[in-house]
Amino acid sequence: MEHESRGSSPLAVCIEVGIRPGRKDVLAARLANAAQRAGLRLPDGLSTRRGWSLNVQGDRAQAERLAQRLLADPVMNTFVVRLPSESPAEPDTRRLEVMRRAGVMDPSARSVTRAAAALGVTISDVRSWQAYVLPGDPSDELLEQLGYGWLANEIVEEVRVDPEQGVAPAPTLPDTPHPRTVIPLRDANDAELQRLSEEGVLALDLVEMRTVQAHFRSEQRDPTDLELETIAQTWSEHCKHKTLTGLVDYEGERWDNLLKSTIARATHELDRDFCVSVFVDNAGVVKFDDEHHLTFKVETHNHPSALEPYGGAGTGLGGVIRDTMGTGLGAKPIVSTDVFCFGPHDLPAADLPPGCQHPSRIMEGVVHGVRDYGNRMGIPTVNGAVFFDERYVANPLVYAGSVGLIPAGMVEKAARPGDLVVVLGGATGRDGIHGATFSSLELHDESETMSSGAVQIGNAIEEKQMLDVLLAARDRGLYSGITDCGAGGLSSAVGEMGELIGAEVHLERVPLKYHGLSYTEIWISEAQERMVVSVPPEHEAELLALFASEDVPATVIGTFTNDKRLRAHFHGEEVMNLSMEFLHDGLPQQERQATRRVRDTRDPAPLAAGTHGAMLKRILAAPNVASKAWVVRQYDHEVQCGSVIKPFVGPGRDGPSDGAVTAPVLGSRRAFALGCGLAPWAGDVDPYRMALLAIDEALRNAVAVGGDPEQTAILDNFSWGNCEKPDNLGDLVEACKACYDGAMAFRTPFISGKDSLNNDYRVGDESRSIPPTLLISALSQVDDAHHACSMDLKQAEHEIVLVGSSGTELGGSHLARLQGELGAEAPLVDLERAPRVMAAVHAAIERQLVAACHDLSEGGLAVAAAEMAFAGGLGMELTLDDLPVDGTPDLDRLLFAEAPTRFLLEVERGQLDALLKQLKGLPHAVIGVVSNDARLSIRHAGSEVIDEALDDLRAAFLGTLDLDGEHDPQ
Amino acid sequence: MTRPSVLVLRAAGINCDVEMSFGFERCGAAVQSAHVNRLLAEPDELLRHHVLALPGGFAYGDDVAAGAVLATEMGTHLAATLQRFVEEGGLVMGICNGFQALVRLGLLPGLEAPVGTQEVALTDNVSHKYEDRWVRLGVASERCVFVGDSQDLELPIGHAEGRLVCLSESVRERLHAEDRVVFRYLDAHGETASDYPANPNGSLDAIAGLTDRTGRVLGMMPHPDRALFGHNHPEWTRRHRGAGAPDLGPGAALFQNACDWVSANR
Repeated sequence: MEHESRGSSPLAVCIEVGIRPGRKDVLAARLANAAQRAGLRLPDGLSTRRGWSLNVQGDRAQAERLAQRLLADPVMNTFVVRLPSESPAEPDTRRLEVMRRAGVMDPSARSVTRAAAALGVTISDVRSWQAYVLPGDPSDELLEQLGYGWLANEIVEEVRVDPEQGVAPAPTLPDTPHPRTVIPLRDANDAELQRLSEEGVLALDLVEMRTVQAHFRSEQRDPTDLELETIAQTWSEHCKHKTLTGLVDYEGERWDNLLKSTIARATHELDRDFCVSVFVDNAGVVKFDDEHHLTFKVETHNHPSALEPYGGAGTGLGGVIRDTMGTGLGAKPIVSTDVFCFGPHDLPAADLPPGCQHPSRIMEGVVHGVRDYGNRMGIPTVNGAVFFDERYVANPLVYAGSVGLIPAGMVEKAARPGDLVVVLGGATGRDGIHGATFSSLELHDESETMSSGAVQIGNAIEEKQMLDVLLAARDRGLYSGITDCGAGGLSSAVGEMGELIGAEVHLERVPLKYHGLSYTEIWISEAQERMVVSVPPEHEAELLALFASEDVPATVIGTFTNDKRLRAHFHGEEVMNLSMEFLHDGLPQQERQATRRVRDTRDPAPLAAGTHGAMLKRILAAPNVASKAWVVRQYDHEVQCGSVIKPFVGPGRDGPSDGAVTAPVLGSRRAFALGCGLAPWAGDVDPYRMALLAIDEALRNAVAVGGDPEQTAILDNFSWGNCEKPDNLGDLVEACKACYDGAMAFRTPFISGKDSLNNDYRVGDESRSIPPTLLISALSQVDDAHHACSMDLKQAEHEIVLVGSSGTELGGSHLARLQGELGAEAPLVDLERAPRVMAAVHAAIERQLVAACHDLSEGGLAVAAAEMAFAGGLGMELTLDDLPVDGTPDLDRLLFAEAPTRFLLEVERGQLDALLKQLKGLPHAVIGVVSNDARLSIRHAGSEVIDEALDDLRAAFLGTLDLDGEHDPQ
Repeated sequence: MTRPSVLVLRAAGINCDVEMSFGFERCGAAVQSAHVNRLLAEPDELLRHHVLALPGGFAYGDDVAAGAVLATEMGTHLAATLQRFVEEGGLVMGICNGFQALVRLGLLPGLEAPVGTQEVALTDNVSHKYEDRWVRLGVASERCVFVGDSQDLELPIGHAEGRLVCLSESVRERLHAEDRVVFRYLDAHGETASDYPANPNGSLDAIAGLTDRTGRVLGMMPHPDRALFGHNHPEWTRRHRGAGAPDLGPGAALFQNACDWVSANR
């Protein structure tokens, strides 16, 4: 703990660091620029300061030394040291200060304390802050807009305007006693049971509460608050997937456990030999090379990201990285993926519902959160997607994925009776209390205030330190089992590891960030950067010494037992003694009604002649197609040196890659491809077809860059509206059925998945749902990195071949949506033909017959062609007269319809015959050539229907999400 | 021939140590990675090696400023040993965060000995954000032993704080007069880059890497350790179409040059 002082009483000081005159205040410049674009006028001469308030042993001179030697850069900075009682005001200015609220993680506190110690200066209670000094007399209104509107998030940060005193060092929180509390459950009536669930944010329904009541009646006692909390955490939708494992009545069908009877069933029936571990561990595991397996997991982290986008997204990524670290005996995270769904980034302020943050602010926070966490961990973020729709305004989605590399012999693990329960990593605070149960509730406009405890802030460096030393401990064989502390904290981690044997812990031994936590808070806190390992007693000393050598806390908090009870003590008193069997298997199966949603969908009117070029540019500029370079450039996508196919390719690095290829073992060319598919708009039309489209897209992405569709595993992540609504649940049943059919047809087993089935939000009295959003992630083997393929056109006079059949359906297409329609029918993946198309395209790429390959997705043929052309800086001349078709698509549809399982291939003339032989028996056509003319020209029925300059197409693609106004040209 | 012995430093938040180690191992070097705690406890360990490598990452989260906390620790406990190491013929390579630490330490550009005088800063990119992109680099000095006969090359950058600023105009003049600038960012025409994004961070005089008086210390923002293989290059599918990427990427030579120098001179 930091707040215990030695010797004489410490001196509280504020150290303020500013930018030296004549140097550029980059933060101020950025802020002014961003404000201007948002229509906010800041006074000229805005300047920024960073500050640290702390208690220092000794006098002011010690603080000055600290400032001079550490906090202020002699080239860039000036500094002042003040007492908190002195006013920080500067003449003729107004001042805004932003600081984290008491108890919220401040990662810099620890590093500053450590560096000070190296300088021989003893400090404590470090609190960092940021100040903004505005010259002149800007209005209160402007400062208010700037403060909580822009610079600070009220949930985790505090804003002070023109403070008369400096910021005080971090306050010491009071240590209040927490006596053992028993809940009178046995005698409660139904109303009381429901009240208990609501007041305790337990998120248990009446049937579940009655089951708990019956259990304690049979034990002839009332539960402690901790026991009730532990059951609630373990039984949460988040942890137990109650909907997917429940009973569902749907239009005459009776489903008993959708998960088992669709998704997992496909995996078991396929029984692919590359599957090593599926659905049992923190991530799925597949074979890679002779010595290594790959692990893959994608998580959802939606609700925390709605409230605190930066912390929510960062800890979402941090959490899934810990899933990797906790798979088998620990895998090394090698790449990350992320997929976000946001409200429109340009939503008019008047349309923003109360209690919501603007989508552009959420997006910025989420992207920065993922950036700061992933980059600091040294894990490249290589693949993902961003999708915009108004229904995500109040309920954004954040999916974070992690692939790990694990030695082939390290997949099996088990805690054994007698092993010690050891908690690793960060200290425990109040962070994220009720995350698991909160994520199972509906968001409403008071969620911001009610659930501030559910917000977590991560510290990537702590996790990176833990990772380094953990892998060393793994290789020395110092522990028998491991899992991460995710939702539910220690409660879930210890409960899961000891499920079959039992465990006993002493909660006062858990290292804390500050005083005053109750035993319940300690047990269910979702403080980040923690893991639990089971350590045979003979390895205790070596493990503790190893962790200490790199400053990573490791603490023995208990023992795994063989009494099949989960027991906890707090300062000698037993506060929990639960049956493991009841905890894990006592949850009653839910029974729900589902119905088919009634839809009224139409196709748009035909486009007028001569407007197809304009429509092409409109689609390229549509946010769901437009370049995501603003997002992706902020992610490190090359650390670890495995990058083979990057997010952007081509001489101008502006071509959007379909997927990412990584060769993770240095010195080996063995690689893997990642792709992702998501089609929420098609889900508005037909959720069954939507799920097939998502699978098809994920596979297309992986195949287009060189992945082998025959050696591919997939993941499902469902984010759905409230499934107590029968039509939402009906959509879910349809999507699950498609998951089974798709996986079987493509022979791609699901190896891991996650669901978030309560994405409803209230606006006033109305409860609204997000669109059904199924993310499919694909991981494909690439035998040789040197056979990977990129999408940029390579050379003039090469031929262009379209593979796959064009169709008539416009459901979910950009063509329909941009004209205000949903589209009548969604395209249906041809499950007989699609696997053959994927296999043939893969074989052609593998044999290096293909110079460039791009899959056809949003915007169809015209958009794919445009992207390939401007990516390669080469023109394309296409003719649409002989396309293979299903039905009789008109020109609009030939250009823009989004029929699945289609690829555009560029092929050298000399290899055309070989390629066509490869495609025999499949729909395909040679549709044009690459040209040196910097235009895309498309002809149909004897006339030119599109003729656009590449520069115009590229500008349309790059402009929309260029949030910093840089127009990223390189 | 001496087998080069390389010490790769690790610390909380350093995250490029594995690929940096591989860069040296591939050239036959014996690589040992050591946590900073160990080196602070036993500074003389450094003197048993030929090369000290400071990898990229976010040492201590780059809290305060990039490299600041690590440099403070090293400056307090290791300054004299480091200086002796370099004087006795040791090589030091700092990439990205390692470069930032070397600058904070004053080892680079090291115009005024002793270690501890900071003469330049690597501070916030003008774009005020982390960016990952490939850049073109021109070799501005052949005095640095890591450069050897390398010509202009392409490497990726990945940083938020890489803008070089000089303490004074005289420091700037001396950087050029005393041949301390090793790499400069180039534009598409091969000229010194004046604009974003060819100069990705707004560095003064497009400076991307520095050396010291001896030519045995190299600090650079771009990452040769992310370009060890031909398939790391963003355009390998264009430039080597059908033939597969070359085995070695543009970054590999820097490690090779250092190892060759040690073998020949130690």
